[in-house]
Amino acid sequence: MALMNMIQALNSALDVKLDQDPDTLIFGEDVGYFGGVFRVTEGLQKKYGLKRCFDTPISEGGIIATAVGMGAYGLRPVVEIQFADYILPAFDQLISEAARLRYRSGGEFTAPITVRSPYGGGIFGGQTHSQSPEALFAHVTGLKTVIPSNPYDAKGLLLASIECDDPVIFLEPKRLYNGPFDGHPDQKLSTWANSGDPKAEVPEGHYTVPLGKAEVVRPGSDVTVLAYGTMVYVAKAGIEEAGVDAELIDLRSIVPLDIDTIEQSVAKTGRCVILHEASRYAGIGGELSALVQERCFWALKSPIERVTGWDTPYPHAFEWDYFPGPKRLAQALKRTMENS
Amino acid sequence: MAANRLDLYVPEPLGRPGDTPSFGDLHLSAPGEIRRPDTREKEANMRDLPYGLIRVLDDEGHAVGPWAPHIPIEVLHKGLRAMLLSRAVDERFFRAHRQGKTSFYMKSTGEEAIGVAQSLMLGKGDMCFPTYRMLAWLMARDYPLAAYANHIFSNEKDPLQGRQLPILFSAKDYGFYSLSGNLGSRYGHAVGWAMASAYKNDDKIAIAYVGDGTTAEGNFHEALTFASVYHAPCILCVTNNQWAISSFSGIAGANETTFAAKGIAYGLPSLRVDGNDFLAVWAATEWAAQRARANMGATLIELFTYRVEGHSTSDDPTKYRPADEASAWPLGDPVERLKQHLIALGEWDEGRHTALIESLAEEVKAAIKQGEAIGTLGKSKPPVSEMFEDVFAEPDWRIIEQRKQVMEG
Ligand SMILES: Cc1ncc(C[n+]2csc(CCOP(=O)(O)OP(=O)(O)O)c2C)c(N)n1
Ligand SMILES: [Mg+2]
Repeated sequence: MALMNMIQALNSALDVKLDQDPDTLIFGEDVGYFGGVFRVTEGLQKKYGLKRCFDTPISEGGIIATAVGMGAYGLRPVVEIQFADYILPAFDQLISEAARLRYRSGGEFTAPITVRSPYGGGIFGGQTHSQSPEALFAHVTGLKTVIPSNPYDAKGLLLASIECDDPVIFLEPKRLYNGPFDGHPDQKLSTWANSGDPKAEVPEGHYTVPLGKAEVVRPGSDVTVLAYGTMVYVAKAGIEEAGVDAELIDLRSIVPLDIDTIEQSVAKTGRCVILHEASRYAGIGGELSALVQERCFWALKSPIERVTGWDTPYPHAFEWDYFPGPKRLAQALKRTMENS
Repeated sequence: MAANRLDLYVPEPLGRPGDTPSFGDLHLSAPGEIRRPDTREKEANMRDLPYGLIRVLDDEGHAVGPWAPHIPIEVLHKGLRAMLLSRAVDERFFRAHRQGKTSFYMKSTGEEAIGVAQSLMLGKGDMCFPTYRMLAWLMARDYPLAAYANHIFSNEKDPLQGRQLPILFSAKDYGFYSLSGNLGSRYGHAVGWAMASAYKNDDKIAIAYVGDGTTAEGNFHEALTFASVYHAPCILCVTNNQWAISSFSGIAGANETTFAAKGIAYGLPSLRVDGNDFLAVWAATEWAAQRARANMGATLIELFTYRVEGHSTSDDPTKYRPADEASAWPLGDPVERLKQHLIALGEWDEGRHTALIESLAEEVKAAIKQGEAIGTLGKSKPPVSEMFEDVFAEPDWRIIEQRKQVMEG
């Protein structure tokens, strides 16, 4: 065991995999000699050589297309898209190709690729370094979408993603890379090492966290809060602020979704608040809300609430007005309790 | 058998930190060496040009050869001033970032000749589709510094209402199209804009830029195809500063051919130009603009230069390239070279140069003070309702409800 931040945990996962599997290789913009703009691949080229971890041309479509071809041959490429905002030039490769190769070839060809990408805001990155595109991928069947919220899960989920035979979009909440940010920009961020969070303890060797298994981060009886990524820590703060006995569930993957854990929780609490940073309309919150309504209708005591980013592009100066922080969650939690 | 085994090739630069800088076999043409075809020449007869390097200024600062342009002295003075201003603005804002007054900044040190020469060469009605390293274009057109400071500080008076990341600017009245963080995504807009001008029988042309690294994006190739097919009246530039964050230009294919030579496959006339030579940039742009205005379509121009500073405020280039690589770049500094030319013409001297630098520094300082008085990042911002403006021409119920919610806290 070692104390790791999220960057180190991800690096450790890649290190373990490169070491164990000669068919795993890494590529992406600036990931080679430099080790990536967020340093996730630092040292890997030096340790495993140029062919196992290398820089690519600035062509996201090219990166994914190449990965799909390699995957079809039998390799396990792990590629980095420098910011999730820049995944869009590769959209056709992901949606029309990676997601369907298995289906349309009757299983003859597959794309066992992992696409890592930092996502989310809270870093004053403006419109194109802040977005949360998970709903765009979740809408496409054939793609898995995984979002860790802490170092332990990050490593275990990344190893599970690489070992998964389907294409996985692995979104890394960049606001959590260095510490468990809880949505209070004015408070000093504690590092993962200082946070006392048990999830900063990461085994050095191989382990996996299964895809499609949510985690109950905080048990409670009054209301279920569904969150993932950065919002898990925002949710903790919001729940505390509202002073309600909420059950907080970290979904960990959007596809596959752990519907059982959600159902069991809402059946117990009878209330549900969904929190995500992505904008609201046609976001994951809409799908989750529909599922809870369909499956838990008779248990519900109050309307399902969504707390999300607004339906605007991510605005630079208004970062903290846009960001669904603890205060907005606390308000929703109180409403949910009062409305029943 | 073993001799036939394949092996995966991955290119590497000639030098890394600790190594002596080397630019390898550059094949720099001599100043004045490259021929200047008539502007009505057919593309098929000019396929040597993308492999040469158009240079005008020689080592003594004299303008030599067929590309030497006729630029009025006052325009040269204006050009030097704008380049120095651009550099001064970069210095001050970079420092402002270090002081926590803004979230982000990018310098264009060493690339100032490009934006200034092209901004001054082209007309007011022409539209530039810039990269984030084109501050010089705005400086050449006297964009008000205080307003620019308000943008960099994302304050209440930010001309972009606090919505955009600093540097990703927009200034329509100055012929400066809206920037986006996505690399290369506006290259095709320039082609469309130029086609619209042709459609309307106007005389405006477009000029667009991508970096060397960005030539790998599909957008680059799509734009070249459309420009070629429809003879779009535009100038498509590649600013080859040899680096894309930490990736050397070999990762964008520069080990195999030149960026200018990419135009050959599309049947586009293509020039390769010393981007640190103000006169060469001017001359090549003038040539391409003449063709475009004569309805002869687009030209691809590679502007060969060097990224002197780090990629942005988030970058430390000593981590991936030899520390003194910039000073080893054989084509020098664009400001020094224009200064030398003006001195050689008897139109400038060291004393005036130093005085100009000092007065520009004061000008920039004063503008930043004005911006600071309104507020730096987080100290001042436009009204929060601005977040919801311009999402659509008319807001729908979602925007109206959400705006109300935010205003009511
Ligand atoms: C579509 C897209 N992919 C990746 C990035 C991240 N990124 C920003 S700048 C940059 C390097 C660009 O290099 P180049 O085109 O050579 O321009 P330069 O910075 O040298 O002027 C990268 C990879 C981006 N902004 N957009
Ligand atoms: Mg470059």
